[in-house]
Amino acid sequence: MQAAAIELRAISKRFGGNVANDRVDIRIESGTIHGIVGENGAGKSTLMNILYGYLKADSGAMLVDGSEVEISQPRHAIAAGIGMVHQHFMLVEPLTVLENMLLGSEGGVTLKRGMTAARREIARIERDYGLEVDLDAVVGELAVGLQQRVEILKALYRGARTLILDEPTGVLTPQEADHLFSILRNLKMQGRSVILITHKLGEIMRVTDRVSVMRRGQMVAHLETRATSREQLAELMVGRAVLFQVAKGPARPGPEVLRVEALDLKDERGVARLKDLSFSVHAGEIVGVAGVSGNGQSELLEVLGGMRSPTRGSIAIRGKMTCWRSIREQGVAHVPEDRLRNGLVRGMKAYENAILGYHRRRDYGGFFLSIRTILSRTRDWFSRYDIRPHDVFLNATSFSGGNQQKLVMAREIEHGPVLLLIGQPTRGVDVGAIELIHRRIVELRDQGMAVLIVSVELEEIMSLADRILVMADGRISGRMPTAMADERAIGMMMADGDAVAAD
Amino acid sequence: MAAARRGLSFWIDIGLIPLINLAAAFLVSGLIVLLIGENPLRAAWLMIYGAFGYGEAWGYTLFYATNFIFVGLAVALAFHAGLFNIGGEGQAYLGGLGIAIVGTFAGFLPRFLAIPAAIFSAALVGGIWGLVPGWLQARRGSHVVVTTILLNFVAASLMAYLLVNVLIRPGQQSPETIVFPHAFWLPQLWTWLGPFGVDLGRSPLNASILLALLCCILFWLLIWKTKLGYEIRVVGHNRDAAVYAGINVGRIVIIAMILSGALAGLMAVNEVLGAQHRVILGFVAGYGYVGIAVALMGRNHPIGIILAAILFGALYQGGSELAFDMPRVSRDIVVVVQGLVILFAGGLEHLFGPLLQARLMRPQRSQP
Repeated sequence: MQAAAIELRAISKRFGGNVANDRVDIRIESGTIHGIVGENGAGKSTLMNILYGYLKADSGAMLVDGSEVEISQPRHAIAAGIGMVHQHFMLVEPLTVLENMLLGSEGGVTLKRGMTAARREIARIERDYGLEVDLDAVVGELAVGLQQRVEILKALYRGARTLILDEPTGVLTPQEADHLFSILRNLKMQGRSVILITHKLGEIMRVTDRVSVMRRGQMVAHLETRATSREQLAELMVGRAVLFQVAKGPARPGPEVLRVEALDLKDERGVARLKDLSFSVHAGEIVGVAGVSGNGQSELLEVLGGMRSPTRGSIAIRGKMTCWRSIREQGVAHVPEDRLRNGLVRGMKAYENAILGYHRRRDYGGFFLSIRTILSRTRDWFSRYDIRPHDVFLNATSFSGGNQQKLVMAREIEHGPVLLLIGQPTRGVDVGAIELIHRRIVELRDQGMAVLIVSVELEEIMSLADRILVMADGRISGRMPTAMADERAIGMMMADGDAVAAD
Repeated sequence: MAAARRGLSFWIDIGLIPLINLAAAFLVSGLIVLLIGENPLRAAWLMIYGAFGYGEAWGYTLFYATNFIFVGLAVALAFHAGLFNIGGEGQAYLGGLGIAIVGTFAGFLPRFLAIPAAIFSAALVGGIWGLVPGWLQARRGSHVVVTTILLNFVAASLMAYLLVNVLIRPGQQSPETIVFPHAFWLPQLWTWLGPFGVDLGRSPLNASILLALLCCILFWLLIWKTKLGYEIRVVGHNRDAAVYAGINVGRIVIIAMILSGALAGLMAVNEVLGAQHRVILGFVAGYGYVGIAVALMGRNHPIGIILAAILFGALYQGGSELAFDMPRVSRDIVVVVQGLVILFAGGLEHLFGPLLQARLMRPQRSQP
């Protein structure tokens, strides 16, 4: 058997208590395009960073063309013929394309000689792979797709035989993505190998020869792309490991609390993130939003949480049309997905964090903060949610991640909202706390609160939600009561928007 | 309780590190004095005696300290909102314009109106001069560091123009306003304290220092006890969280810069209403820049700022005494000493910090 271009054996990497890569094996044959799929946080990027020498594996071996190599720095990877195109480009924008190519391999005190030689060599590479870029253009003035091409060119110029692309299409228009794919096919024809990291299943189906699926730090499957389907991949990515058992009776939905109509959102670059969303959430029910992460769920939460303004569409709370900015005042509580970044001010004390977002309320004082009220409430939450250490004067930084989470949860739940938005309810929470949080969410529902949950854990949605919305590519691609849902159908819908995007 | 709550780290930060920085600055200064052939110990003594040795010295030291409290608070307030206001110099200068307008055109005011009106006007005009960069930052994204520095030059030119062409005392050459009526003169502290046997000589220390201390209390209340201060700190610590909490970040940036400019503008009260009784070209004399060092050294807390302001007041006062008594130590050497203090206290504040934290905190951390 011919030696693989790249082979990784039993790679493990821990960050503190988290296992990012757990004895990962993968084999990349030369002359193939190999996809690696998995949700955010599944460990794909960690694995690639290990291969490119940014991170050092705790254990395991790396083989290039059949012989074991030691890669502890990117330059070792480059020497071994591995090139990487990052999600965020590593280019110096004010310099020209040619000058960017030369970075790190200038070849002498004056640039002139290196430049002439490089120009010839790069022109040859451009011809061979159909990678036309004007070498004298200033990088900052190029379109994003061309900048990416410069990155690929740079890697090839440095002798890359294997090219790693990390979420390459995230920033591209569909046309630019098509160009990219034809370039990748060209590379393959010339005998080079490509590793494509993505969570877009449509891309995997279109360009790869083989695909590996990662979930929670482990490699769960290696498949021939021809022999698999989007649905199978979606299922493998999301998994169905442990089914959380949440004891709950049937929902008794009351009046409509949230009504979203024709919501559109374009980001700063003009890329559509939310497309024509319409749905409602009633009092006394839990609505779960499922989907592969990165399909607009985060943006939906940000709009509903009043953090950014929608491009179009309307949001009504209890029948009242609402401006996105004042949505919090209408009784919407929001437990953000990234609680540690958005939900807390780490340099401020726990009791100050306990009112973040609610500090304007009258019961916390008029002009002055009524610190006594704040302290007594915070102490109460600290004991009810078992937040440790039990000291409300400590800065938020002094608490462990799990306790910071509990503080945010307590704050949002205990301010008596009519609608509770929760992003990734159990991300970064230990098992005991998961149960507590799930039970509390059901309790709140039974008290008549409307709850909207966004989670990438399909099991969590299945066990907690009364109704499910599936999002794909910024749209709602499916909706159903949980009682009638099965994972196969949901997997199909999760992949569906992707098909739309790929066409 | 308080000590336990705040922990060792707090006291290292607020007490030990500034002292070490100061010692390092004096050590290097001593070497310089040695280099020019004078006795550094005698120089140090002359400086300390000149700043604290007798009543009038105290008076001058505290007079300068009053200036530094105002501008130090100004820098600190902006800093709590995550803004680096380098424009204290210009804002203080424009505060002088506020006083000049009232003093020149409303000289008829009775005393009980004259002084509050002048103080208010100083804060108002200083505040407007802070509003400009605040608005530019919040609505147009122009960085306050750049705009405030540039506005210092605009302020200097504007004041020069106004003092030469508009506000100048009729029939005289030097660019300064008329001497304001007595209703605008703040009482000198020696006239108050003299009868109680406190000798302040004929120092310019005046009632402004009470205003400065009042500002310290208000600053403390605002930043740590009010909702506005809460929002300011949230914006300063974590803008993402501020957006999440529904705080209008731009509005807070603008308010913080207005308040910062107003505090800087109040410095003119001390110089103009308290001492010179007229506005003179260039009366700010670089105090605004020293405010940055004061705020840095005082860790943006009013108590720290008071202590740092007294230190810099002492350097100013003791320094001029030193230059007088030791002819070979010129005024410029004194500026070098001040510069070293700023360098060690401000610029190099992290030189000894991490080292000390590591040394002193390790045994404490290792206990479970």
